[in-house]
Amino acid sequence: MNARIAESFYDVARVRADFPILSTSVRGKRLAFLDTAASAQRPLAVIEAVDCYERTSHANVHRGVYQLSQKATDAFEGARERVRRFLNASSLKEVVFTRGTTESINLVAQSWGQRLGPGDEILITWMEHHANIVPWQMLCQRTGATLKVAPIDRRGELDLATFKALLSNRTKLVAFTQVSNALGTVLPIKDMIAAARAAGALVLIDGAQAVAHQRVDVQALDCDFYAFSSHKLYGPTGIGVLWARESVLREMPPWQGGGDMILTVSFSGTTYNDLPYRFEAGTPNISGAVGLAAAIDYLDALGIERAHAHEQRLLKRATAALKAIDGLQIIGEANEKSGVISFVLDGVHPHDLGTILDDEGVAVRTGHHCAMPVMDFFDVPATARASFGCYSDDADIDQLVRALGRAREVFG
Amino acid sequence: MDLKDLYRDVILDHNKHPRNFGRLDPCDTSADGNNPLCGDRLTLTLRLDGDRVSDIKFEGKGCAISTASASLMTEAIKGKDGVAIKHLSTLVHQALTAHGDDSLPPAELGKLAALAGVREYPARVKCASLCWHTLDAALKHRTNSLGETPTGPATVSTE
Repeated sequence: MNARIAESFYDVARVRADFPILSTSVRGKRLAFLDTAASAQRPLAVIEAVDCYERTSHANVHRGVYQLSQKATDAFEGARERVRRFLNASSLKEVVFTRGTTESINLVAQSWGQRLGPGDEILITWMEHHANIVPWQMLCQRTGATLKVAPIDRRGELDLATFKALLSNRTKLVAFTQVSNALGTVLPIKDMIAAARAAGALVLIDGAQAVAHQRVDVQALDCDFYAFSSHKLYGPTGIGVLWARESVLREMPPWQGGGDMILTVSFSGTTYNDLPYRFEAGTPNISGAVGLAAAIDYLDALGIERAHAHEQRLLKRATAALKAIDGLQIIGEANEKSGVISFVLDGVHPHDLGTILDDEGVAVRTGHHCAMPVMDFFDVPATARASFGCYSDDADIDQLVRALGRAREVFG
Repeated sequence: MDLKDLYRDVILDHNKHPRNFGRLDPCDTSADGNNPLCGDRLTLTLRLDGDRVSDIKFEGKGCAISTASASLMTEAIKGKDGVAIKHLSTLVHQALTAHGDDSLPPAELGKLAALAGVREYPARVKCASLCWHTLDAALKHRTNSLGETPTGPATVSTE
């Protein structure tokens, strides 16, 4: 779709009206919420879907024979089907509900990872979130496998040649983010997946920062694992998804034991449930799944491409506006970026910046963004980060720029 | 609540021109402090004369609140003994955490009272208290080593 045409039909005021929290104020000022990359706000459609489920349909799932339990099961499994369609997965067996991206990655590390041993390698990139670093470090400690890290350059782009050179027949898994949460870089995942495949490695994609901003088709991507969180997608917290290729998932041992993941239990032995339930021990986050499905419906109706085009326009405008500020340096200037701008301001520590911006009603993330290696690479202790969602608007950017002026005043 | 209550002139001044910045070498005790949430890091080095801090320096990277707090602390405790430092530390802690309390901080805090604005910004209390926790670690570290030269710096983390 032509981005210019898509964007011209985008009525951001109407979108904003769908998000009740955006009409609240902070310290008497209009809220400029620029921290969507940390957690997106929820539209009324999500809030009401969760509320309706709680009021009319809640019971435990996959258990009762009574009508209410069937209703809850239908709602929960309906949400699974909604996720399957959203990802274009070929089967419901491939859609595992988790607590979020972090748990999805840990599931793979703890279950699939059991097969690794000394001599095996896992390849990640320098710009991963801690959630896509630490589980692999822990796995390597347990199994004797080796973690390799593909470097990035000063623009915040992956060094693709070195990435490819690090692949070998020892590489068993390549795990990388689709979009860097700290820098906004969109990674060349098609090339990366093709190279990993050619080396015979499996591929895990951390889609946390990508799913709300571009259409994901796991079959077209040809990856093996795709992890994301509902709350980055305008859905509730505490629920996320691990999509895994059925043939891969079938070979994986269960990771958490308990109810729902079994067929029969006796003291002489236990048989496990079929996919995907084998990986969903215990009562799941049912209302969370319902909210996630509502969020996907919302985003689909809005048009993910249209929202993306809108965010790209804001990114361009905000980048130009911030660059014009004396002493402001943008960290991460990749060619292709998502709606994320990390920056530092000379003489003002990001934490002080965060407090001053908050005083002006502007919510940005400040800190290391759970990507300490990225901070070390750019030799900054922390950055401030503004990020955009479907509801962000020009007034948010104007308010940010004004608040940065205020920081300059305070710090002289 | 006003931003100017947090970023008072004293704080901005100590941030821009930190006092006692650097490292004492040799020193009698030292400690590293870090606040993983903000990335604030500081190292304290101290010279002791019995129970008295005869000299102290700090170095590190941090936000204005953490830098100014460390700078003010070094000025305030130089020449004081363990009991006086403990007393001051308690007063500072009370002033930083008295959320919603409009009363003036006690006069004996002196310039340290400038930090009291932090009480209305709970997310920033750790920035101001990091140096005091680090000081505590440095003094305890020395006691634990029975007056012998410490083998390595103690470390505290405020997260």
